[in-house]
Order: sequence, then structure tokens, then C-alpha cells
Amino acid sequence: MEIIAASTEQLLADFESKINAEIKIEPRDWMPEEYRQNLIRQMSQHANSEVIGMQPEGNWITRAPSLRSKKILLAKIQDEGGHGLYLYSAAETLGVSREELIQALHEGKAKYASVFNYPALNWADMGAIGWLVDGAAITNQVSLQRTSYGPYSRAMVKICKEESFHQRQGYEIMWRMMEGTKDQQQMAQDALNRWWWPALMMFGPHDSDSPNSTLAMKWKIKRESNDQLREKFINKTIPQAELIGLKIPDEHLQLLDNETYKHGDINWEEFWAVIKGNGPCNQQRLEHHIRAHQEGAWVRETAIESAQKNKI
Amino acid sequence: MEAKENQGELWEVFLQTKPGQAFKHVGSVHAFDKNLAIENARDVYTRRGEGTALWVVPSKEIVAVTANEAEYFFEAADEKIYRHPTFYSMPEGVKNM
Ligand SMILES: [Fe+2]
Ligand SMILES: [Fe+2]
Repeated sequence: MEIIAASTEQLLADFESKINAEIKIEPRDWMPEEYRQNLIRQMSQHANSEVIGMQPEGNWITRAPSLRSKKILLAKIQDEGGHGLYLYSAAETLGVSREELIQALHEGKAKYASVFNYPALNWADMGAIGWLVDGAAITNQVSLQRTSYGPYSRAMVKICKEESFHQRQGYEIMWRMMEGTKDQQQMAQDALNRWWWPALMMFGPHDSDSPNSTLAMKWKIKRESNDQLREKFINKTIPQAELIGLKIPDEHLQLLDNETYKHGDINWEEFWAVIKGNGPCNQQRLEHHIRAHQEGAWVRETAIESAQKNKI
Repeated sequence: MEAKENQGELWEVFLQTKPGQAFKHVGSVHAFDKNLAIENARDVYTRRGEGTALWVVPSKEIVAVTANEAEYFFEAADEKIYRHPTFYSMPEGVKNM
């Protein structure tokens, strides 16, 4: 078969015209190296977040207050492990291996959402995490269903279907506590106070300070900016808080019109400190992942041996 | 970057959502043999009864047309427009055709 090599300019022009026409880019299509690298960075960070995010909640499985809540929490955390796997699998279509991605996480070269570096102190935090942290993640993931890379977009569609129970189970915990005793109401309010700002930080720096956003928006890896997504999340979450009698911990919160809010200043110093490794649980989260991975080595070794035997 | 460890081969996962429907590619899993591959595929892709049947295939066994080849590879079909029903002219008033 005779193949005529196209020039890089021509390939780039074809690529960009596909992006403009909302045609998904697939693994075997030509793509600029920067697009590929940008995707690997974003998708591996996303996959790592799903998996590291199992830890704050995993800590509460044995202390769930009822069998019902324990089963729900287990199913939710198992989903998050699944989300990590869909995303590693999608990232692998770009020619990077899962081994490499996990190694980069362990070496501190790849990041995960900084929100998971905060501790889950009591049962109300299971409510706040599901409602706010999954709620923020859903806002972002709904938008990413329209990302330009096919495998990433398909993973997002599947993840979004599964996520809606995550947020609802969290909100149900908060609601039940708000219907309970004074102490329970206070626990719920305290959990909201601690998780509200880290949840807002999940959307990343303001658009004016977000270095990776321009190219990602141009090539439609991201479809909405950090600030646009943050606004969406705030506008839908505040009425949910008010409905069950919770107060948003922001003195400067302003209602601009019927459904738009303006939030007070976010503590970006805290955000950057947590990203750089100085959050309350950074070290614990990474060490735990490395330990669990090493302790599982025998499973992989046994499986390899058994596979060899079955071949003979 | 050199990866240090073996996490098994990559397997592509195909799911049939209802009897009678075509199998659809849903993603991939890592596994060391076919039994683990199909169990991993069940746990990762069918936690909510999404399927009635499941296939796993070693990724390296899949043969595909590369993106550069695609245009030439499929070209022959482009000329054969008489393979489509709309190619034929029909007398006015003909029914059930
Ligand atoms: Fe998730
Ligand atoms: Fe979730």
C-alpha cells in the first residue's frame, strides 16, 4: 500500500478542523504531541484522584452507623476504584502504561485532587464529601463528557451515570442529621464549614491564574473554565444547603440575582500549600497508596506464575 | 520512564447490553490470564447489571487499520454507489419497495 506522507502543517490543520467540527479525536488519529501530553497529564491526575479519593471514606467503612450505610459506603468507594480504572484504561490508549502512571504518582511527579489531603474527622464528613466533593466532581465531569478525546469522553459518560448516587447518598446523610438532635445538626454544619472551601478549590485557580487552561480550551480538552464551573457548582449547591437548614460558611456571599451568587475570596495560599505537599494528609495518603500497592505484590506474582503454568 | 513491574496484559472488553444486540467495546482491563480477565471485566464494567454477555480479547491480538492507511484502505467502497438502494430510479407510484 502506498502512503503519501502529509506535512505536519496539513496534519495539524486536519486535526484542528475536526476539533472545530466537534468530531472526537480517537487513539489512532494523528494529534499534536502537546495535545497528547496535556491529555495524559489531565487524565492521569483525574485517575489518581479517583483512587486516592477512596482513602478518606475508606477510613469510615468499619465505623458506619448502620448496615445500610456501610453497604452504601462500600458500593460508593468501589465505584471510585472503578472510575480510576476506566480513566487509566482511557489514558493507556495514548501510549502510556498504567505501570508508568502509578509509578509517577508514587514518585510525586503526578498529582491528584488536593481536596483528598484533608482528613475525614467524623461521620458527618461522609455526608459532606458525597454532597460537596462528589458534587463538585460531577459538575466538572458533566462538562468533560464533551471533551474532544473520544476515550476520555466515553469514560466520563459512564462515570457521570454512576456519580449521581454518590452525591445523593451524601446529601441524604446531611439531611438526616439536620432532622436529628442539636448535636447532630452541629456536626453537619461543622462538616460543611470544613469542606466548603476545599470543594471550591477543586475547580483550580481563577481563570486569570490558570496556565494550563488556554491550550486545553482551544483544543476542547476542557469545555468550560475553572471559574465558570465553580459558579455552576455554587449556584446549585447553595439552595440545597438552605433547604435543609445549613449555612454556607462565607460572610461575603452575595446573591446577585435570583439564582447567581458571588463568593468571598478563596484562600489561595492554602490551596498552593496543599498542592505543594503541605496539606494535613498529603504524606499519609501517598504512603498508604504505596504500602497497599507493595502489599499486593504477592497477588500479581502469584497470578503471573499461575498464568505461566496454564500456558504449558 | 521505565516501568518496574508487571501488571499483566491488556485485554479489550466487549459488552452485550441485551440479548440480540451487538457487542460493544467498553474499555480495557489488565489481567494475567483469561479467567482473571473476564472476572476483572465483570467487576469493572458491570457493577449495575449493564450486560447479559461479556467478551474479553487480548489487546495485542486485535488487528486494526492505521489512521494513515484508512483513507486508501476504504477507498474502493466509495466508488460503488450502486450498492446503495438510493442509486436506483423507480417508476412513479411503485409501492412497498
Ligand atoms: Fe468518581
Ligand atoms: Fe464519586
